Amino acid sequence: MAGMESTSAEMDLDRPNLEEYLPSDSIHGSGSPKNLHLRDLLDISPTLTEAAGAIVDDSFTRCFKSNSPEPWNWNIYLFPLWCTGVVVRYGILFPLRLLTLLFGWIIFWAGFIPAHILLKGQEKLRRKIERKLVEMMCSFFVASWTGVVKYHGPRPSMRPHQVFVANHTSMIDFIILEQMTAFAVIMQKHPGWVGFIQKTILESVGCIWFNRTESKDREVVARKLREHVQGVDNNPLLIFPEGTCVNNQYTVMFKKGSFELGCAVCPIAIKYNKIFVDAFWNSKKQSFTNHLLRLMTSWAVVCDVWYLEPQYLQPGETAIEFAERVRDMIATRAGLKKVPWDGYLKYFRPSPKLTEKKQQIFAEDVLRRLEK
Amino acid sequence: MGNSSSMLTQYDIEEVQEHCYHAFSQQEILSLYNRFCQLDKNSGGFVSADEFMSVPEFAVNPLAQRLLRMLDGLNFKEFVAFLSAFSPRTTHHQKIEFIFKVYDSDCNGKVTFDDILCILRDLSGSFMSEQQRQKVLTHVFQEAGYKLDSSLVFSDFMKIFGNSELKMEVEVPID
Repeated sequence: MAGMESTSAEMDLDRPNLEEYLPSDSIHGSGSPKNLHLRDLLDISPTLTEAAGAIVDDSFTRCFKSNSPEPWNWNIYLFPLWCTGVVVRYGILFPLRLLTLLFGWIIFWAGFIPAHILLKGQEKLRRKIERKLVEMMCSFFVASWTGVVKYHGPRPSMRPHQVFVANHTSMIDFIILEQMTAFAVIMQKHPGWVGFIQKTILESVGCIWFNRTESKDREVVARKLREHVQGVDNNPLLIFPEGTCVNNQYTVMFKKGSFELGCAVCPIAIKYNKIFVDAFWNSKKQSFTNHLLRLMTSWAVVCDVWYLEPQYLQPGETAIEFAERVRDMIATRAGLKKVPWDGYLKYFRPSPKLTEKKQQIFAEDVLRRLEK
Repeated sequence: MGNSSSMLTQYDIEEVQEHCYHAFSQQEILSLYNRFCQLDKNSGGFVSADEFMSVPEFAVNPLAQRLLRMLDGLNFKEFVAFLSAFSPRTTHHQKIEFIFKVYDSDCNGKVTFDDILCILRDLSGSFMSEQQRQKVLTHVFQEAGYKLDSSLVFSDFMKIFGNSELKMEVEVPID
């Protein structure tokens, strides 16, 4: 896998007290240090048990496990019912939804292209029209999955010096939030038709690109974020601080970048109702197209969106603590479990500093006991 | 046993159970199979070193590389046998046998001063000098009455560990 070595050093900066979460490694538990014997040195069972525990089950992999729906009880009565359901979903709903989507695209381009070309001089008006068109297109998208979204809390207002952060389950999070308010967004550059849309349409609402695999990218992105937040005309910025899609049952650690911009952070919590469809987009397992198709052939996408109270950096609080505090708010609101892992561990190895910490604890313990 | 399908037959489960000396219940073996398939992302029939290292909790373990040598290329049956040392149903004897195997990297039934030094190096990293490690090991070796050039065999390990409690168990989640 590319990029394995280069960026791991930068991962540590985002890490709060991981030791609180990981099992403790003291070779003989707490208590006054006893003399060191051969048996103590040979007994590597705690370390081995930790490794075996990780092999059998680990909290990181659990974050990205898709929840396959429970099969109904297959009997003579339910099976035909399920078959009818399939026919309705694929034969009736799907074509209708596809048509709705196509209709929406036509209207969108019919408005977007003229506005983009003809109003080149009048920036403000052009942006306003493009923004409304994007919001409308997102509504069409949501309709194409029969999205039932319940919004709670005060709607985001357009003013500078604020960013919005939300937990991330799929790229549809962006669409669901965008239909209510035109946010500017920061995204990983994607290939294919998604990339095309990113380049053309999203430019109009304001977009910042990043590239996970580039290590220098971090400073460039941080600078762009700061510039955007200070601009008065810019759309409010929406950031997914997890940095990757998680399965809507857990949250991984928030990257501190969004929390050190010196402005208000408005948390948004999103929870999808699993009964209807599992909205988690496992980008390693399916393309976005397949993901959309799956949504369009399910009964509905039902979710709750909570706009939570804006938060500010408290005196004496570090950016990481701030990030964890906001993550706590979102996780509590949406009923998600927190894990202490950086989402980028999907793509990169953990920093060697974590292993070194364990080695340090072991070495100090041994040396201390040797002194006795 | 299919390597790409996720179906285990009753016969397969019993075979695996036999192989690990009934260290795990049938339900636990099913759970372990799900886990094995989850780790074996490319469905190669075994979990590669890279796939193990993609579990961050495993990758940060100081003995990860050591264990990878024992884990690399194992099929499911052998994977379960490997993990059986951590079952509450295995005996004290079997657990010490496992620990012995971790030390005995060249599998000749003998663990030397250097073998133990190797593991000590993995566990302490750069936080102990080579000198300190030698000193510690020399001290405990001599205290236990062993010469520095002696090789420990399994019965020595049994004697050293005695009957003291060994906490070496993992719980297999049954979902």
